[in-house]
Amino acid sequence: MLKVEEKLFQDRYRVDAGHPHISIRDADLCTHRCSERQCTVCCPAGCYTEEGNGKVVLITDGCLECGTCRIICDEHRNVEWEWPRGGFGILFKFG
Amino acid sequence: MAEKFDVIVVGAGMAGNAAAYTLAKGGLNVLQIERGETPGSKNVQGAILYADAIEKIIPDFRDEAPLERHLIEQRVWVLDDSSYIGTHYRSEAFNQEPYNRYTIIRAHFDQWFNKKAREAGALTICETTVSELLLDGKKVIGVRTDRKGGEIYADAVILADGVNSRLAVKAGFHAEIQPRDVALAVKEIHFLPQETIEARFNIGEEEGVVIEMAGKISAGMMGTGFLYTNKESITLGVGCMLSDFKQQKVTPYALLDRMKSHPSIAPLIAGSEMKEYAAHLIPEGGYNAIPQVWGDGWLIAGDAGQFVNGIHREGSNLAMTTGMLAAQTLVELKQAGKPFTAGNLAKYKRKLDDSFVMKDLKKYRRMPDIFHKNKQFFTTYPELLSKAAQTLIRVDGVDKKTKEKSIKQSFVAARSRLGLIGDAFRFWRAVE
Repeated sequence: MLKVEEKLFQDRYRVDAGHPHISIRDADLCTHRCSERQCTVCCPAGCYTEEGNGKVVLITDGCLECGTCRIICDEHRNVEWEWPRGGFGILFKFG
Repeated sequence: MAEKFDVIVVGAGMAGNAAAYTLAKGGLNVLQIERGETPGSKNVQGAILYADAIEKIIPDFRDEAPLERHLIEQRVWVLDDSSYIGTHYRSEAFNQEPYNRYTIIRAHFDQWFNKKAREAGALTICETTVSELLLDGKKVIGVRTDRKGGEIYADAVILADGVNSRLAVKAGFHAEIQPRDVALAVKEIHFLPQETIEARFNIGEEEGVVIEMAGKISAGMMGTGFLYTNKESITLGVGCMLSDFKQQKVTPYALLDRMKSHPSIAPLIAGSEMKEYAAHLIPEGGYNAIPQVWGDGWLIAGDAGQFVNGIHREGSNLAMTTGMLAAQTLVELKQAGKPFTAGNLAKYKRKLDDSFVMKDLKKYRRMPDIFHKNKQFFTTYPELLSKAAQTLIRVDGVDKKTKEKSIKQSFVAARSRLGLIGDAFRFWRAVE
């Protein structure tokens, strides 16, 4: 089975270094008050990972800009989600 | 930079391009804003193009549009872990011009469609993200972009910004989309020599096949899979409701990899080279999930308005049609010298109601809810069907009457007599 990193390796991006377009509003909320942490399972680009201490880490470089993380965080609304700046982010060759 | 346009169109997908083209043809001064590097570079679709919708906008599209293959065969498969049962419909009628459906690659098609809008007189600026709508009270008067001095004014704005319509939510036009109203689809494109594709699918040059799939491929979730033939590639993917992904904690790419390894699917893509992986949300809430789509100085078209007919796998044609109708509304009002007030723009709603868009969505208004509540259609029935076929087809010395009895018993054991009748009724209600 392919790892998601191997899939994303085929994709073209222009990463807006230093300007992530998605962020977690309150990191403590993920660690202490969210038992599901569905973002760490359902993000199709695997941008969210859970560390041993329950901390959720978000790295947006591989983001496919689908919107899943924002919508499934419907209990806590803890995802600050904007589009990347114009021209940045995923650049689909085929779509 | 206080420029002012008649209309600003946000987005250069199917709805946005249809709107920009129609507005420009109607003589309006139109600015289209796209956040991607080029039109299409942010857009994801299966993708099948339905000729009828584009034909109503650009009648001779076949002469120039980048099309992959016209479809001559439709396969519908219901899968369990090791088999599929299904129907194939192939007709020479689909080989008669003008062709009815084509596979397309969105990054290519959208560039062409946008070029037509620009040729008609629309101004498109790319690599520009609209961050919010400019409001005067309740009236939309323009947009704010992420460019320097990026406020641009217009008499009306068409929001064709896709399923994640942030602008409408920020402006308070409607609430955030719910997990139960949207499907997450993941897909890959696999390249193979043209002759290999034609041999594997028993098709000639330019002919194509569609496979739509349901059953255990969605791992018990409400969802479907697909496989489409392009000229030199195959796109395949799987999509399920986001509420189910959330509840069942399924990793989307693992689901896709499992689909690709299914014994009925793996041989079709064997030896191919995967060149892109994509994910996208599809609004599947249907009729009851459609928000208010017009107001003072604004209209919503395409996925942003949840205009997708999930059961028939139609979305891009609804996007093009709603984009066209939104634009026609503005053109007609402009020609009549009427302002773009909410009252006047209600004409868009009447146009929608008179079109196949709302008629079809209304027909299937109960479907999402019934399928949400009855997962047996995605789990139990595919297995029962497969076992029934296996029992009937395998020649093993058991007499046919006994075989039929065992099939009947398997259905009753799984769902009970009353359950079977109820399921038949529910299925009928869903599609009635």
